[in-house]
Amino acid sequence: MIRVKDNGALLFYIAKKDQEDEIASVEKDTETEWGGEVELTDGSKYYIDPISPPPTFPTTLRFKRAE
Amino acid sequence: MSVMTREETEALIQEVLEVYPEGAKKDRAKHLTVNDHEVEQSKKCITSNRKSLPGVMTIRGCAYAGSKGVVWGPIKDMIHISHGPVGCGQYSRAGRRNYYVGTTGVNTFGTMNFTSDFQEKDIVFGGDKKLAKIMTEIEQLFPLNKGITVQSECPIGLIGDDIEAVSKKTAKEIEKPVVPVRCEGFRGVSQSLGHHIANDAVRDWVLHNRDNDSSFESTDYDVTIIGDYNIGGDAWSSRTLLEEMGLRVIAQWSGDGTLAEMENTPKAKLNLLHCYRSMNYISRHMEEKYGIPWMEYNFFGPTKIEESLRKIAAFFDETIQANAEKVIEKYKAEYDAVIAKYRPRLEGKKVMLYVGGLRPRHIIGAYEDLGMEVVGTGYEFAHNDDYDRTIKDMGNATLIYDDVTGYEFEEFVKKIKPDLIGSGIKEKYIFQKMGIPFRQMHSWDYSGPYHGYDGFAIFARDMDMTLNNPCWSKIQAPWLKGEEEPEAAAAGA
Ligand code: SF4
Repeated sequence: MIRVKDNGALLFYIAKKDQEDEIASVEKDTETEWGGEVELTDGSKYYIDPISPPPTFPTTLRFKRAE
Repeated sequence: MSVMTREETEALIQEVLEVYPEGAKKDRAKHLTVNDHEVEQSKKCITSNRKSLPGVMTIRGCAYAGSKGVVWGPIKDMIHISHGPVGCGQYSRAGRRNYYVGTTGVNTFGTMNFTSDFQEKDIVFGGDKKLAKIMTEIEQLFPLNKGITVQSECPIGLIGDDIEAVSKKTAKEIEKPVVPVRCEGFRGVSQSLGHHIANDAVRDWVLHNRDNDSSFESTDYDVTIIGDYNIGGDAWSSRTLLEEMGLRVIAQWSGDGTLAEMENTPKAKLNLLHCYRSMNYISRHMEEKYGIPWMEYNFFGPTKIEESLRKIAAFFDETIQANAEKVIEKYKAEYDAVIAKYRPRLEGKKVMLYVGGLRPRHIIGAYEDLGMEVVGTGYEFAHNDDYDRTIKDMGNATLIYDDVTGYEFEEFVKKIKPDLIGSGIKEKYIFQKMGIPFRQMHSWDYSGPYHGYDGFAIFARDMDMTLNNPCWSKIQAPWLKGEEEPEAAAAGA
């Protein structure tokens, strides 16, 4: 699940692992699409096919682990 | 002993780790750290939520404890069956002191123990029939129950009983919610997964029950208290403050809570989350599904209460904000008097904590209000996100320990020589026998409440009563007195 934190950053929460981390960078974050490779502040990376139009948060999305 | 420097604390950790064999040493080293405000992310310095090492004394509980004991147990008008052998439920019965109002055995069932009391034959032939029979019996004997939950103990998962099917069938028969919870003790590394499983069960079986029912009239000022288990009345002393602000508390999760309150929670405007660890899951879910924002708050000690009240008020209009100021103003004289009375008696004392979900960081403010200092803290079952939050609250270069073992805790205490330790019943007598004042911070040592302004007065009194108790100078036998330095004797070295 992804939600907006108090400080405006996006928080990435993986229910299965009970892991909570901020998103450090998103490959594609434009007016029209959101997604691609997502890097968390702990260095791990996940991938999702870019979604357009960009999703509104909070929401739950299915990511794949990226190398 | 004065406050330790970073080097000293690091040296202490190394010294304590010395006795472990190589493998264990490497593993435990990851769970102990010196607090560093520079670190943004706790996972750089501490590992948490990992399986405890076999052979060390851990103080954790099991997933069943997390679900039955913590999350579901306090829902007072439901009957929670400890499904499996009798011990799990009986030995933990009423141990958490979740206060509630109601007539036990008639319309509330909080302190009672319901169990399917598995015998050999149930393990061999399965316990589904027995479960169905018990539920029908419960319905006859306690017709005022609002629903039943089935809290699985270890054997249920092992023998593969289908409690979901039985629950569905019975729910139809008795026309009440029956919630199967797959919280077998062997799941996960601690009670933490039990919280998660319990939250998921609420999500799947309860929360949406009244989605199409608009008979409950909500107002713009509806809030809920989530993750307050009403230990010694905590939720009540929190609730009064919110109500004085002009908010309406429509649900308490789960201390003194009811099934109807849980079902109505999606109608709230704001979820107030006290114990983040055990209820963040359901709060996230409600944020996503119903668009209800949630915020963490802290009602320990006037400084934090003030901060939290303002933060809560900021979600609402100006009247509420003005009211929040009025509430703070109203209690000012009261808590100033408490501080004036106890601070001189407690000033400068050092405290070490080792508790569960939120208290290792939440209580720090209350101690600081009394001029005391927390020099070490740790969680039984926290995750990294909890430590992220803790780093800010703790002083620099203080000690942080995750899932501390009995041995480590004792050694730390011997070296740091705190004036007070706050932890649970399992640690209490060890430290008392070492001659160190001790408070149980799970059950408030049969006192409480500690939340809210009213709670703070009790908190301060209890700390003073324990710390300045004359008994601590009587720990040593009279005929041994004078042989040793009294200082060393007091520390129980
Ligand atoms: S670990 Fe299993 S047997 Fe032990 S208390 Fe928990 S549920 Fe019961």
